[in-house]
Amino acid sequence: MKIRTLALTAAVLMAGTAHAVEFNQVDAGKSSLAFSSKQMGVPVPGSFKRFTSQIAFDPAKPTAASTTLEIDLASIDAGSKDANDEVVGKQWFNVKAFPTAKFVSTGVKALGGNRYEALGKMTIKGQTRDVVAPFTFKQEGASGVFDGAFVLKRMDYNIGEGPWADVSAVANEIEIKFHMVANAAKK
Amino acid sequence: MNFPTPRYTGPAIAAHWLIAALILVAFPLGVYMHDLPLSPNKLKLYSYHKWIGITVLLLFVPRILWRITHRPPAPLPMPAWQHKIAEGTHHLLYLLMFLVPLSGWLMSSAKGFQVVYFGVLPLPDLVGKSDDLGDLLKAVHETLNFGLLVLVGLHVAGALKHVIIDRDGTLRRMLPFGK
Repeated sequence: MKIRTLALTAAVLMAGTAHAVEFNQVDAGKSSLAFSSKQMGVPVPGSFKRFTSQIAFDPAKPTAASTTLEIDLASIDAGSKDANDEVVGKQWFNVKAFPTAKFVSTGVKALGGNRYEALGKMTIKGQTRDVVAPFTFKQEGASGVFDGAFVLKRMDYNIGEGPWADVSAVANEIEIKFHMVANAAKK
Repeated sequence: MNFPTPRYTGPAIAAHWLIAALILVAFPLGVYMHDLPLSPNKLKLYSYHKWIGITVLLLFVPRILWRITHRPPAPLPMPAWQHKIAEGTHHLLYLLMFLVPLSGWLMSSAKGFQVVYFGVLPLPDLVGKSDDLGDLLKAVHETLNFGLLVLVGLHVAGALKHVIIDRDGTLRRMLPFGK
C-alpha cells in the first residue's frame, strides 16, 4: 500500500514537473534584439535597447507556447548618430506616429530537437504581416534561452520611403536576431 | 630642344596617370560628400569614394615595386635646389598615395562601416568600432588630404614651370603619347 502510494506520488510529481516548468519571466537585462542591414553591400549591425516581451514556453508543450514582443522604436541604434537621427523620422519608422512595433505569436511549431518555429503577426508603422521566426531553445539552469533569426523585408512595412525606397542603397532584407532569456515561474 | 629625352617606362607612365585620375575624382568627391545630409545618394558616393581609394592602395603596390626596380630617367639640367624639391615632393606623394587611402580604410572601420570593395569583397576591419578613434582618424584623413592637395599643387606647378618657363622636356617624359 505504502509503496503504491509512493509510486503514485512519484508519477504525479514527474508528470507535474514535466508540465510545470514554464519559462515565462523574461529577463530584459539578459535579452537582446539586434538586426543587420546591408548598405551598398556593407553589413551594418544595429539593435533596439528597449523592448518588452512576454513569453510562455513549456518545453513539454511547445505548441501551447505564446509570446508577444513590443519594441520601443526610438531606442534604435542603427550604427551611427546620423543613422539614428534619420531612422526615427517620417520616411523610416515615423516614431511620432508609430512609437512601437509589435509581434504577437499565433502559434509555435516543434521542428525536432531543440528547434522550433514561432508564427505570428508583426505590426510596424501600421502594417501587419505574417512572420515565421525559427528559434532554438536551451535550458540553462533555471533559465530558458531562446535564440532565433529571421529576415524581414523593410518595404513590406514602408520602412524607408521616398528616396530610401531605393533598395540598391539599403537592401530590402533586414536580418533580425533575437536572444531572449526567460526564467521559470516560481510556483 | 629637338634631341630626344629619355622617357619614363610605359608601366610607370600608365600608373602615374591612372592614379592621378583616381585621386582627381576621389578628392573632390570626398570634399563634396561628407557634408551631405544622409541619403541613399550619400551612401552610394561614400562607397564609390572608398572603392576608388582602395583601388589607389592596390595600384600603389605594383607601382612602388616597379619604381624601386626601374630607375626613372635622369633629371634634365636644373638647379640643385629645384631638383631637391622635386625629389622630395615625389617621395612625399608616394607616401601619401599609401597613407591617404589607408587612413580612410581605418577611419571607415573605426566608424563601424566595413569596406566592401565594389559591394562584393569585404575587406577586414583593421581596427574595431570606436567613436573616439573614428573622430581621430577622420582628422588624420583630412589632414593627410590637405597635405596631398599641397603636394599635388606643387607637383603640377613644377611640371608647368618646366613647360612654360624652362621649355624643357621634363613633362614630355611622363606624357602617355609623347616622343
